[in-house]
Amino acid sequence: MSHSRPHLELSSVGMGFPIKGGTFTALDDVNLRVAEGEFISLIGHSGCGKSTVLNIVAGLMRATRGGCLLDGREVTEPGPERAVVFQNHSLMPWLSAYQNVELAVRQVFRKSMTRQQRRDWVIHNLELVHMGHALDKRPDELSGGMRQRVGIARALAMQPKVLLMDEPFGALDALTRAHLQDSLMEIQRELNSTVIMITHDVDEAVLLSDRIVMMTNGPAASIGEVLDVPLERPRDRVALADCAEYNRCRQSVLSFLYEKQQKVTPMPRKTGEARGTQEDAPSASGAVNA
Amino acid sequence: MQQAATVTRITDFMKQQMAGFSPQGAIRAVSMPVLGVLAFLLLWQMAAQNVTTSLGSLPGPAGVWAQAGNLWADHLDEQRRAAEFIEMQKERNAEILARNPDAEVRIRPYSGKETFIDQILTSLGTVFSGFLLASLLAIPLGIVVGLNRYLYEAVNPVIQVFKPVSPLAWLPIVTLVVSATYTVEDPMVSRAFITSMVTVSLCSLWPTLVNTIMGVNAVSQDLRNVSQVLRLGFFTHVWRVVLPSAIPMIFTGLRLSLGIAWMVLIAAEMLAQSPGLGKFVWDEFQNGSSESLGRIMVAVIVIGLIGLVLDRGMLMLQRLLSWDRASATH
Repeated sequence: MSHSRPHLELSSVGMGFPIKGGTFTALDDVNLRVAEGEFISLIGHSGCGKSTVLNIVAGLMRATRGGCLLDGREVTEPGPERAVVFQNHSLMPWLSAYQNVELAVRQVFRKSMTRQQRRDWVIHNLELVHMGHALDKRPDELSGGMRQRVGIARALAMQPKVLLMDEPFGALDALTRAHLQDSLMEIQRELNSTVIMITHDVDEAVLLSDRIVMMTNGPAASIGEVLDVPLERPRDRVALADCAEYNRCRQSVLSFLYEKQQKVTPMPRKTGEARGTQEDAPSASGAVNA
Repeated sequence: MQQAATVTRITDFMKQQMAGFSPQGAIRAVSMPVLGVLAFLLLWQMAAQNVTTSLGSLPGPAGVWAQAGNLWADHLDEQRRAAEFIEMQKERNAEILARNPDAEVRIRPYSGKETFIDQILTSLGTVFSGFLLASLLAIPLGIVVGLNRYLYEAVNPVIQVFKPVSPLAWLPIVTLVVSATYTVEDPMVSRAFITSMVTVSLCSLWPTLVNTIMGVNAVSQDLRNVSQVLRLGFFTHVWRVVLPSAIPMIFTGLRLSLGIAWMVLIAAEMLAQSPGLGKFVWDEFQNGSSESLGRIMVAVIVIGLIGLVLDRGMLMLQRLLSWDRASATH
């Protein structure tokens, strides 16, 4: 995937946070070139700075070294051309599904669309994520998966150049997650959007991505390996279970995470901590024992 | 569509109010408070007989009830007299006009004494004006201060110092300031009204201010991120994100403020001698007739009931206006 001029480029990005008596280096020398329409997954152990990378691309954080270019222009602040789907949906709880998407659409297409066009565009995007039936429902009346769909609709409705997703399906149950993954693949094929997604889930990464960016452990985390996933699209999760190429990809991500970058646990485990560590560890859901 | 949504919200609201209705539940919900009130009345009756003051023994519930009836009768009496007075003038004016069609006639308003009911209405007028003034100051100020951490750090000590100040301390200052500055010829509203209203505002704006600041401060980082990604302008951000987010906290503050406003008002009216329930209580105390104690107790109970109604009213308003109904309980 080497283009002469990349769509999105991170060059020697570093991030340091001031702490007592010095600087804590969270990220060091992150380099990544993303082509248009590419689906990238960021995977790594907790605390490796995946979210920091995403926030830098989103413009919510400024890198202390290096920088991020989108279509040749430096990212300096957040903006709707880099829409973010947040982990916990981040919908306005006092607005209906329709109004939540409308807030974004009105802001982005205030000048370029008529009222009727904006209305149609809001409904179109909600229908794209199969939420056309719940336009007037407020977030507290929707299930977790439905909220996340509305969050995705809101991001898509901004017609972003890059769609950034921070563990979009992390808080969902396995069935809902699978369903949304299929929806996302479908939408991405249709719109050919560029996506950067953070995930903890190895299967999710392999299923959805064109490339998987694996990050080393912090502090001073960086990109460890980048894996091409040369699987044909459209991909079918059931058929892929027996696909040798799919399993090779899975294997190589697992071996990176659990052999090369095994998370060091400095303290002896107490029973009370078991839950936290389980949540934090990247999971290979499904056939990991098979 | 907006209208339809509002209608649905109101019907939803009604349904929620009616949900969980069962005969047994209703019986219990009614019987326990009734028993409580009866027990209280009994204790009151027994205790009152044993307390003797310079104005005779404390009146029991029956005596107070009788005084309530008297006060109501007084009110009707005054109203009748006022109507007669106006009627009399009209007749006289008609006579004058009959004799001389060019004569200038006018009707003078009736200036009888203010009855208990009039005092209640005056008090309500004052408390609402004071509360409104306090809210109009506290909510915008709270939003501005809540949005800026430095401003908050600067303003916070001032708030903490003035928050616990009693109305009795403010009153002399407010009285002097109002006398000095409010010097209009033939004023529309009396000086005493302005004094008690300003005192009410000064004492009741703090809970709204503090809660608005807290509510604005507590806007989740996620929603602020969304606002940033959307590049919402400052006013859109405040109007569409900050304000709705803070509404539940603001309402909590408003309810506290209204409660304080009502309590402060009685004290302020008493001291400032501005018309209202406080003045009524004070006048009855000075009057010192055998009926005074009963009348003061009627006032005490009415003050309590109105306070309760004001609080419930705010709660209803909160349930109707706030998106977060979960926060609108009790």
